[in-house]
Amino acid sequence: MIIRLKVNGEWRQADVWPGASLLHVLREHLGLVGSKNACEQGECGSCSVWLDGDLVCSCLVLAAQAHEREVQTVESLAEGPRLHPVQEAFLEAGAVQCGFCTPGLIVAVADLLQHDPAPSELTIREALAGNLCRCTGYAKIIDAVKLAAQKMGNA
Amino acid sequence: MSTKVRERTKGGVGESLRRVDGAPKVKGQFLYGSDLWAEDMLWGFTVRSPHPHARIRAIDISQALTYPGVHAALVAADVPGKKTYGLEIVDQPVLAWERVRYQGEPVALVAAADLETAKRAAERIKVDYEVLPAVADMEQALRRGAPRVHDHGNVLKHIHIEHGNPDVRADLWVDGYYETGMQDQAILGPESGMAVPAEDGGVDLYVATQWLHVDQEQVAPCLDLPKEKVRLHLAGVGGAFGSREDVSMHIHACMLALRTGRSVKMVYSREESFFGHVHRHPARIWMRHGASRDGKLICVRVRMVIDGGAYASSSPAVITNASTFAAGPYEVPNVLIDGTAVFTNNPPCGAMRGFGAVQACFGYEAQMDKLAARVGIDPVELRLRNALSTGSVLPTGQVIRGSAPVREVIRRCAALPLPPQPVERDPITYPGGAGNVSRGERLRQGTGFAIGYKNIAYSAGFDDSAEARVKLFAGAGGPVAEVHSAAAEVGQGVHTVLVQIAREELGIDQVTLHPPDTMVGSAGSSSASRQTMMSGGAVQLACRAVRDQLFERVRQWARTRGLTLAGELRIMGADVVTDGRRLAPVVDFLEQPVVATRVYHHRKTTPMDERGQGDVHVTFAFAAQRAVVEVDEELGLVRVVQVACVQDVGHALNPQSVYGQIEGGTAQGLGLAVMEEIQIKDGRVLNPSFTDYLIPTILDMPPVVSELVEEPEPGVPFGAKGVGEPSTVVSTAAIAAALRAATGRELNRVPVRPDDLIGLEPPRKSSGPPPAVKGVA
Repeated sequence: MIIRLKVNGEWRQADVWPGASLLHVLREHLGLVGSKNACEQGECGSCSVWLDGDLVCSCLVLAAQAHEREVQTVESLAEGPRLHPVQEAFLEAGAVQCGFCTPGLIVAVADLLQHDPAPSELTIREALAGNLCRCTGYAKIIDAVKLAAQKMGNA
Repeated sequence: MSTKVRERTKGGVGESLRRVDGAPKVKGQFLYGSDLWAEDMLWGFTVRSPHPHARIRAIDISQALTYPGVHAALVAADVPGKKTYGLEIVDQPVLAWERVRYQGEPVALVAAADLETAKRAAERIKVDYEVLPAVADMEQALRRGAPRVHDHGNVLKHIHIEHGNPDVRADLWVDGYYETGMQDQAILGPESGMAVPAEDGGVDLYVATQWLHVDQEQVAPCLDLPKEKVRLHLAGVGGAFGSREDVSMHIHACMLALRTGRSVKMVYSREESFFGHVHRHPARIWMRHGASRDGKLICVRVRMVIDGGAYASSSPAVITNASTFAAGPYEVPNVLIDGTAVFTNNPPCGAMRGFGAVQACFGYEAQMDKLAARVGIDPVELRLRNALSTGSVLPTGQVIRGSAPVREVIRRCAALPLPPQPVERDPITYPGGAGNVSRGERLRQGTGFAIGYKNIAYSAGFDDSAEARVKLFAGAGGPVAEVHSAAAEVGQGVHTVLVQIAREELGIDQVTLHPPDTMVGSAGSSSASRQTMMSGGAVQLACRAVRDQLFERVRQWARTRGLTLAGELRIMGADVVTDGRRLAPVVDFLEQPVVATRVYHHRKTTPMDERGQGDVHVTFAFAAQRAVVEVDEELGLVRVVQVACVQDVGHALNPQSVYGQIEGGTAQGLGLAVMEEIQIKDGRVLNPSFTDYLIPTILDMPPVVSELVEEPEPGVPFGAKGVGEPSTVVSTAAIAAALRAATGRELNRVPVRPDDLIGLEPPRKSSGPPPAVKGVA
């Protein structure tokens, strides 16, 4: 089936199997591999994207559900070499190791800061409880969120 | 020519330099094995055994071959060369023939235009199995009359260490029996890669791995190709932790690519990943500690059995490690340690962060707490009384020559501030609070303390080395050094450290990395906390050789101009300087690039003799942790409130990365302590998903308060010890100790479950006396 969706501001089209997930379409049809496939069950958050502005696990959304809707992925955040403040904060805080969970976390953190520009540590933990990271033990991710909030508050 | 030059290299050793691969990773542009793509590529898929033990009567691939979109279906007979591979013992079939020995063992392969087609075609492959009884228990495997997993029996490796007089008398004894469960590395990036057939009849394999060259050595013979025709390139690695030491999809993808003449990509699903790599060995440990009345250890006797599963993997090295560390970081004059790795029809076990030292630490630290209670002294004081130091003799007879600041590590950890007691609490901070199941009525806090240690680099006489090539050339913006190393960046940050070392040694700003591949010599594995020392050492040597060659050119140039160079030559930024004065731009001497390739070896070790004596390990890193936990006495739920850690690191080359390793390593130890276990029943995995195999989330992780002890290790580049493993070794033991303190229960098995904490499940009992091997009690 043919689906049409607006991805990172651009209308795209793909001929997909009806059972395909949005994640599959992004990665295998549209060449946007920033969103990662790590659990296929909505447990790890590595595939987090925005669908019409809402944070979703793209592995749990059927591609067909995204038909005629707007999707924003991690690839939309940096403007050329200029990083989004959340991306900048992740690097500065040392919140990246293997980096496989990172794109999903960056999207989740950017979403959190849109809704709550100065979250408490507990809010941060609650908001990111759906994003698994196996490398960092999360401490530097929490640092990165606080740093990003500062950067964005001062901007 | 006499401008003042700045003294230090920016981004050199000791700075928390940002990751060199950081920007592409935060932008989603870093290409992992699963992100690779080629024009016209095919997808490979693996057909796996549903049975833990069965005879293969026949395999019929005809229905798959005729399925539209399928390009190849292969079985064992299609393996072009050697039919088996393995890290230490070459016993694992590329594709099973005649028998399958564990659930998930590969039996056939399919390549198709897309993954969905490959999966559907795979369902049409008919394998006729005769199911056989499975050897599902590691102790039963050692009993007389047990079915044999392999014709040569079920003993995979036996280690015997005897030191002093293990029959010595002691004032008091404590006994214990301990078990650890099977832990998964739970790498977020699944096994993945792409094989590209080459015009020379060879193949280029882009793969997420820990050691390109050991893969190459195993892949080439199975393809019946010379090594130089099997070129490996590192694809982005989404975590490793030991899981990528063994070959996974490597040979399969190459076989399919060579058969079809097309690029073949393979990516495991999460479920398949649980079957596609080895796990941390489950262990059963019997311990007997004898001490004087004032708590000085006199004798330690240990019997340890670990479940190696169906194939050898790195089990021989794991049981060697576990056995050499079984008495803990303590001076013990009389020791008897027997360790056995056994074959069963359970999933193969092998390398995972901590490599045998984790299981041992859980046992010996529980024993030390029992002993402290028995002697009537503080557990921290007992550890200080017995701690190793430089000059101490280990159970193997090895004398510690390097730094061993164990007492400092213990004292500083015990002195770290305890967590504040909050006046008001958000209900989400109660154990299980995120599930809204508790109001926090019956909470008990407990504090536990543990210390442990780990060897750095390969041991027991292994010829361990790393090569690096450094090229200094004139770039557009000045001199550039390119470092070519095969060291696998698996997230730990080795590539950043290599750049820092090159900057430090050469004094120039611009350092780039050549993509890691097999076109340079082996770097050895990104495991055993060894790359900073080994590949770091190789880069240091290569940089020094480059610098010497460059300065030879400078001296020649000076001679031809009649200049005398009295002072020492140095590179600073873009200039060659002497006596603090700029002599000439570096690029003036780089009409031809300067290239040097060097190999670093650590000091030689020796294998153990028949009594387990030998100079076995290169060097040691120590850590202490104190855990504070809270247990809901009614629900058996746990919250770890704080972990304090002090680690002996020698010299922190990138402090932020070192703290990151400690925090991440602690999380994996916490996982084994309270939640992570691959559950096996009759050889079958019950929970191969992230829904059923739980790893710590951000809500599970407490603040980790850590400090470093920096006492440089002599004879090692920059005095830096490896840092990846010690925190994982100790945190399971520290958290278990805290849970015992909170509940007063024995808790002799990890992961500790709710039923254990509220007493529904009694402490684990050994099924009998420790099983003997080769007449050893």
